Amino acid sequence: MFTSFPIANIPLFPPVASAQAPEVDALYFFLNVVTAIMTLSIFAAVIYFAFKYKRRPGVEPVQIHGSTKLELTWSIVPFLIMLVMFGWGAKIFFAEAQPPKNAVEIFVTGKQWMWKFQYGNGGREIDELHVEVGQPVKLTMSSEDVIHSLSIPAFRVKHDVVPGHYDALWFTPTKAGHYHLFCTEYCGAQHAHMGGWVDVLDKPDFEKWEAGSEIQGTLAEKGLTEFEQLGCATCHLMNQQGRGPNLTNLYGKRIYLSNGSTVIADDAYIRESILDPNAKIVASFQPNIMPVFDGQISEEGVNEVIAYIKSLSQSVPPSQEGAHQWQIVLAPPNTLKSGAAVKSTAVVPTASGPPASAARAAPAGTKPGSVTPATTPAPAQKGTQQ
Amino acid sequence: MSTEVIRPVETVNYLNAQHSVKSWLLTIDHKRIAILYLVTISVFFLIGGSFAAAIRINLASPEGNFFSAETYNRLFSMHGIVMVFLFLVPSIPTTFGNFLIPIMIGARDVAFPKLNLLSYYIFLTGGLFALFAVVHGGVDTGWTFYAPYSSTYSNSYVLAAAFGVFIAGFSSIITGLNFIVTIHKLRAPGMTWGRLPLFIWAHYATSLIQVLGTPVLAITLLLLAVERIAKVGIFDPNIGGDPILFQHLFWFYSHPAVYIMILPGMGVISELVSCFSKKRVFGYDFVAFSSMAIAVLSFIVWGHHMFITGLSMYAGLAFSLLSFLVAVPSAIKVFNWTATMYKGSISYDTPMLYVFGFIGLFTIGGLTGLYLATLAVDVQTHGTYFVVAHFHYVMVGGMLMAFLGALHFWWPKMTGRLYSDVWSKVAAVLIFAGFNLTFFPQFILGYMGMPRRYHAYPPEFQTLNVLSSAGATVLGIGYVIPIIYLLWSLKHGEPAGKNPWGAAGLEWQIESPPTTHNFDVIPTVTEEAYNYGPAEEVIIG
Repeated sequence: MFTSFPIANIPLFPPVASAQAPEVDALYFFLNVVTAIMTLSIFAAVIYFAFKYKRRPGVEPVQIHGSTKLELTWSIVPFLIMLVMFGWGAKIFFAEAQPPKNAVEIFVTGKQWMWKFQYGNGGREIDELHVEVGQPVKLTMSSEDVIHSLSIPAFRVKHDVVPGHYDALWFTPTKAGHYHLFCTEYCGAQHAHMGGWVDVLDKPDFEKWEAGSEIQGTLAEKGLTEFEQLGCATCHLMNQQGRGPNLTNLYGKRIYLSNGSTVIADDAYIRESILDPNAKIVASFQPNIMPVFDGQISEEGVNEVIAYIKSLSQSVPPSQEGAHQWQIVLAPPNTLKSGAAVKSTAVVPTASGPPASAARAAPAGTKPGSVTPATTPAPAQKGTQQ
Repeated sequence: MSTEVIRPVETVNYLNAQHSVKSWLLTIDHKRIAILYLVTISVFFLIGGSFAAAIRINLASPEGNFFSAETYNRLFSMHGIVMVFLFLVPSIPTTFGNFLIPIMIGARDVAFPKLNLLSYYIFLTGGLFALFAVVHGGVDTGWTFYAPYSSTYSNSYVLAAAFGVFIAGFSSIITGLNFIVTIHKLRAPGMTWGRLPLFIWAHYATSLIQVLGTPVLAITLLLLAVERIAKVGIFDPNIGGDPILFQHLFWFYSHPAVYIMILPGMGVISELVSCFSKKRVFGYDFVAFSSMAIAVLSFIVWGHHMFITGLSMYAGLAFSLLSFLVAVPSAIKVFNWTATMYKGSISYDTPMLYVFGFIGLFTIGGLTGLYLATLAVDVQTHGTYFVVAHFHYVMVGGMLMAFLGALHFWWPKMTGRLYSDVWSKVAAVLIFAGFNLTFFPQFILGYMGMPRRYHAYPPEFQTLNVLSSAGATVLGIGYVIPIIYLLWSLKHGEPAGKNPWGAAGLEWQIESPPTTHNFDVIPTVTEEAYNYGPAEEVIIG
């Protein structure tokens, strides 16, 4: 409905291209209406009084102390209207903070002055993001240097990308097109040029684009290569014999730490454990065994390894589920029983074959009784599903 | 006291009591210190304004190639730093506050006159450090100094600029302290809290924020310097810090700081609307109380600058609600000013034109603040020109209108001269029109997504940017005209007499310009402020 308001071809409104956009716009119009009414009322009153009570000789002003009733009225009524704005805005904001389970995950790395995108199927792009109409997308974002902020006005989404943190946003594109992507947090000399385009494609076009892109292995497969090259597999064995924790079925689970607390093994925790392993040691493991990889691995490399570790889990619990639903898998470690099949499947070289095979093959049959991989694919697979 | 005899200007007053340069530079007369500040911040305003002009020139074309990206980034950073810390924060308190607070409460000076002079020199030192940064190539961090860009990555003169702001902050603290003590201890007999002009209430609230908030800014900038110089990890995650911490600390000061900037302006408007309507201010108690409410609430809304930084969504919820709450006392003021005009006797003298401008523009500035308090809408507008437009509506449309209103209202008192009626009205109208043309298009650009701090932008945004630059030209002319006629009035203006506006208030009962000690005899106050006639009982409601 509100695609644009062209007046002599000057766009005065951003394109509406995501499921969230019309909701934000509706609230924005409500705010515009309230603002217009309030502003015009004040203007009208000021102008009316200015003319009506213009200084005239012989006409004395009427001194009025005030009116508590009026004061309360014009305090409470505006506040009630503001409560509507507050509740409405919060409702949309909460929905924006919780990506749906079927969202495709794309990793984003911001650095002075470019955006790097890594798709689940292993594809990479710089300053250009391809997404499919109707498919929810979750961007998991990190920064290599200063604070950036990823903004896609046509989708009404924006989130800061803070170094040392993982930040996320999600959207469901609804309209094919070519839309601006901006950095909206000042990040240095070429800040104005740290941007690019989001290409929203219909299903056939998206499939054509996917087929045409040169992809060497999925993100998880690249992660496995990285995992092996960095020597991670030496200690993180797929059984209980390794000097490091078994990473199978780790992702998204609550784990015990050596200091007695627990932590959810999410993107941020895994990233921290790679870059600064001694920050949080899993219970019954020793500190100072794993080398510090900070500076040894790029942000993209970290993303790939995380994708690989995710692929070792049969089902990835979506972040919005309550923590109590997560199983405790690591530690007390001696209670954990792992299938012997894990090790044999995990070490099978997976560089060839259909893109999603590695992700699917690695954890197959690891844990009897849990959900089968086919029904709840790991995010790494989703980019190539359709 | 009602004799309106226009005396020759040659009478001894604070301006001509002594003539040497030393008598000005080492003065401890609050009125002379106010003049020193007025001259100094006017220079800073012109410097900051010329940066703004350069910004608008560059943005007239989408390629933005009038200046290089590096130069442009320094321009907007220095514009922000100079305007916020060296003009807006000190503007009304150090000039009109210094000049008027003692007189309005019936005192001969502030509580600590020497501290007042020290405060000026601290401010000047801070300002000169910032200017040093400008001359030596500038600073490119934006006025917000966000880490880790400012602490690790920027190659510009971050430390000099930050040190300048750090020093200027102490001036702000000392001035605030001086005003608080002055208002508590030096009120004339009979000048009860309930009889204080609302200008005083606004400055009291402002001073509280200055004293309580500014140390946090000092701490923040000190930590920034420690990280930049000694590489101690505080904000930079590469050495163990957290950039979000910087934002919490920075906005803990800088959100209250916007109320440091606007509250004194609100005090001015209360004085002006009353004088030019010849009426007491409608709902005095509520207007006074709302200043204090703003001072308190301003400290618990800083998180609304951080909704999209990864702050927990529940924290976002709390800060959003509190931000709506702080809008209520501002709304109360606008309604009361408007109601003050009801059944008044309204004249259209130049200061009143600025009141009209202030009420209109501050209303828009305030209401667009609600957009930014609304979580989902903030996501779209954060970091865009919508924010730029919003705070310019409040800071320029509100605060600068109030500053100019105050300047035109009290100029005859401060200098003893009247300025050109015609030219001052022309300038007021030009400023109002130019301001709206400059900043209204930026709301539209903002919702379309145009980010702030861009030296180049997509071509479809050009039309609105050209309108904005055209408006800035009109605005610039509007600012130059008062400089000319005000300076002209110093020599050629008509003598003003004690009370050219027929205003109530102690400052209008003494000579223009006042004598060095303001009052020959300390007055005894027997009536409420704004006594323009006997008040009726509450009749509306």
